[in-house]
Amino acid sequence: MSSSLKRPPLLIKGNEAIIKGAILAGCKTFFGYPITPASEIAEAAARDFPAAGGTFIQAESETASINMVYGAASAGVRTMTASSGPGISLMQEGVSYLAGSELPAVIVSIVRGGPGLGNIGPEQSDYNQIVRIGGHGNYRNPVLAPATGQEMCDLTIRAFEIADRYRTPVYLMADGFTGQMMEPVSFPDPVPPLPEKEWAVRADAESRENLISSIFLEHDQLEEHNRKLQRKYKEIAANEVMVDDFLVEDATILVVGYGIMSRVLRSAVRAAREDGLKVGLVRPISLWPFPSDHLEALAEKIDRIITFELSNGQMVEDVRLSVHDSVPVHFYGRMGGNVPSAEECLEVIRRYAAEGGK
Amino acid sequence: MSSAPVYKPFLQRADSFYDTFQRKSGNKEVTHYCPGCGHGELHKMMAEAIDDLDIRDRTVLISPVGCSVFAYYYFDVGNVQAAHGRAPAVGTGVQRSRPHSIVISYQGDGDLAAIGLNEILQAANRGEKMVVFFVNNAIYGMTGGQMAPTTLPGMRTTTTPLGRDPRLAGNPMRMCELVAQLEAPIFVARGSLASPKEMKRTRKLVRKAMEMQVEGKGFCFVEVLSACPTGWGMTPVDAQQWIEDKLTPHFPLEIFVDKTDQERLEYVTPESPPREKLHEVLGIEADTKTMPAANPDPAHANPRIKVAGFGGQGVLLLGLGLAQCGMMEGRKVAWLPSYGPEMRGGTAHCHVNISEDEIGSPLVSRPTVLVAMNQPSMEKFEGELVPGALLLLNDSMVPGQPSRDDVDVVRVRATEMAEDLGNVRAANMVMLGAFAGYTGALNLETCLASLDTLIKRTALIDLNRKAITAGFEAGRKARG
Ligand SMILES: Cc1ncc(C[n+]2csc(CCOP(=O)(O)OP(=O)(O)O)c2C)c(N)n1
Ligand code: SF4
Repeated sequence: MSSSLKRPPLLIKGNEAIIKGAILAGCKTFFGYPITPASEIAEAAARDFPAAGGTFIQAESETASINMVYGAASAGVRTMTASSGPGISLMQEGVSYLAGSELPAVIVSIVRGGPGLGNIGPEQSDYNQIVRIGGHGNYRNPVLAPATGQEMCDLTIRAFEIADRYRTPVYLMADGFTGQMMEPVSFPDPVPPLPEKEWAVRADAESRENLISSIFLEHDQLEEHNRKLQRKYKEIAANEVMVDDFLVEDATILVVGYGIMSRVLRSAVRAAREDGLKVGLVRPISLWPFPSDHLEALAEKIDRIITFELSNGQMVEDVRLSVHDSVPVHFYGRMGGNVPSAEECLEVIRRYAAEGGK
Repeated sequence: MSSAPVYKPFLQRADSFYDTFQRKSGNKEVTHYCPGCGHGELHKMMAEAIDDLDIRDRTVLISPVGCSVFAYYYFDVGNVQAAHGRAPAVGTGVQRSRPHSIVISYQGDGDLAAIGLNEILQAANRGEKMVVFFVNNAIYGMTGGQMAPTTLPGMRTTTTPLGRDPRLAGNPMRMCELVAQLEAPIFVARGSLASPKEMKRTRKLVRKAMEMQVEGKGFCFVEVLSACPTGWGMTPVDAQQWIEDKLTPHFPLEIFVDKTDQERLEYVTPESPPREKLHEVLGIEADTKTMPAANPDPAHANPRIKVAGFGGQGVLLLGLGLAQCGMMEGRKVAWLPSYGPEMRGGTAHCHVNISEDEIGSPLVSRPTVLVAMNQPSMEKFEGELVPGALLLLNDSMVPGQPSRDDVDVVRVRATEMAEDLGNVRAANMVMLGAFAGYTGALNLETCLASLDTLIKRTALIDLNRKAITAGFEAGRKARG
């Protein structure tokens, strides 16, 4: 998933690529509170947003950050924040309000080790609170999971497009390695000037009638609002699935992983192929909507699936829901900031391969 | 919240009030507030000021969570409803996004002084351009009469059934006095709705705070002692008297800060650069030089490199140099620094992949090359090397022998060579050159050209050129 590779690339950290991408996408405001391993994003924003004519504010907490984002989104400008584990937990009320008030915003989560204070190592243990919703109410939010430096830029831009198109908060979910890693990134042109949002409260005569709110006192009204949201989520689910396949055509074993984990799996799959094992990799790029139909279709041709995560097994539940019981779905996870090596993953693949066909 | 009987507090409706309250269910002629509630009175004062100042179009009202959650039923201005306690943060977002907006944060005492205490103080401290109207009715109205931070000692609420005991539940918080401690607010005042006389005074405070917004002067805070007959269990008339008799002695009616005549340094959002300049402003103009690709020995066509040493040896920069050169020669590259606790103890390492194909794991778990800048780094990582790998040692700092006998050991006196050139810190670039010279994986010209990107201080470029060249020669010689 690389955009215009016309420009010669630049070696840059993933965390920085997010901010450059956001500004090229026309994002005007960044509100954030420091937390490792997401602080670098705020630091990059503090430097680049004012230089680009935007606003950076270091908020007093993640609670305040997300509510500043709520205000900026209400006012109709592209806006974002970035945080990690504990900070994302604190934001959840605000994300629910964004969803309820149908406000577009981008939330970057550089997931760290948990629970509690945990550590700053790379984990994918916030899948549940981010992908399966951490706030209250009947909502969903798109989640994009970059795995390369280029995607840190491109998917940030895509996140703003999805957010505006559907009036929804969108997460970009990555980890400390993808943030710290430097890879060549070629940056696209800035987006053309964005049209004003008709529904926004823009502090002018045309928008005076507008109201941003998530409160619906009457049960029927709120049910109707919720039904409208669900129709929107259906549309997103139909249109916004992103997935990347590697050597799946003749595969008998599928490995599934996202983000940094998928990079390790790519190496493991290559090594497995050298061993003569027919292994392919499916990498969900959108975690919601999850590429369920894609996995379901592939499941017909394979013997088993092994899901790898830096967690206790969270995405694997979506994998299982996707393929029902048509094939065995195994899980291998590491936690605490440990990223398995390609060799370690290859061992796991070999072990299951030895069990043979279904 | 009790159901509202028919009650119409607005004798003459301001223009910035809707004629009928279409957003409200039920009777669209009357407000949802209880008889004698102070919210309606304050609304009226605000609406009059908005009218008089002719700022309806520019005004954005942030309504809180509390009985005034529905303030947007009434005000014909831009309306945003906020989460409990967060109106000042939401207002910050609006104001910073639309600098010409006039932002009103309207809040109750639970909203502002309990759950939202941080947001109000921080917005005040930043001097956000907004006016906060703080309705102090010493109770939680909406949720049915629980204790507020402003509840008086001994006052009975549903959560202080025996009366508020300061030993258990603290004393009433005086918010004006707290906000007045900060530098930025330009106007902090407390009014009351206890009597026509006090209302007249309060109307003036409201008006002044709104005027200051029109002039873009800064953060204004107006607290209003207000009746909640329902929460207090009183008639509207008794409630007004109670404000005078009980509330006012605790909450003095004063102007605590008035800096409205003073000049104030103002933050001005910078101009946006023209679109075609944006890449330059962001430091991402594509100036990467493309260099002819080297023709490496097949063993080093797709090196997976670990670079290690102690902090200060420029290990990360050396790794970055390798990646930068690979990229300039048109290959895929990835660089990953050691991270978190790994960085402690004064050692550093990084992972570098250079490859013809898409790079899988950026983590180098089985290196084909280890560049060890000192003895401990060799000892720590040599075990990871694949058989036949290159072990490139800084001979100056690695006196011992590796334990591996199945790898290709190359020694370069990098620290001494750098010292001879005038600066030991260039040892990393000696090793960069040595890697290129020995493996043929990168051209010398590329290594030299990469310095334009790697080295920020131009004065150091010449030294580093020499270091790379010397290292390259040493590497080539070692190859034989
Ligand atoms: C996070 C959260 N916690 C609690 C509530 C419940 N709640 C709604 S209003 C309110 C108190 C309102 O009191 P106050 O701010 O004094 O306003 P009043 O109703 O007296 O005008 C509370 C606790 C909520 N909506 N959200
Ligand atoms: S409960 Fe109190 S604050 Fe709420 S509307 Fe009634 S009188 Fe007003």
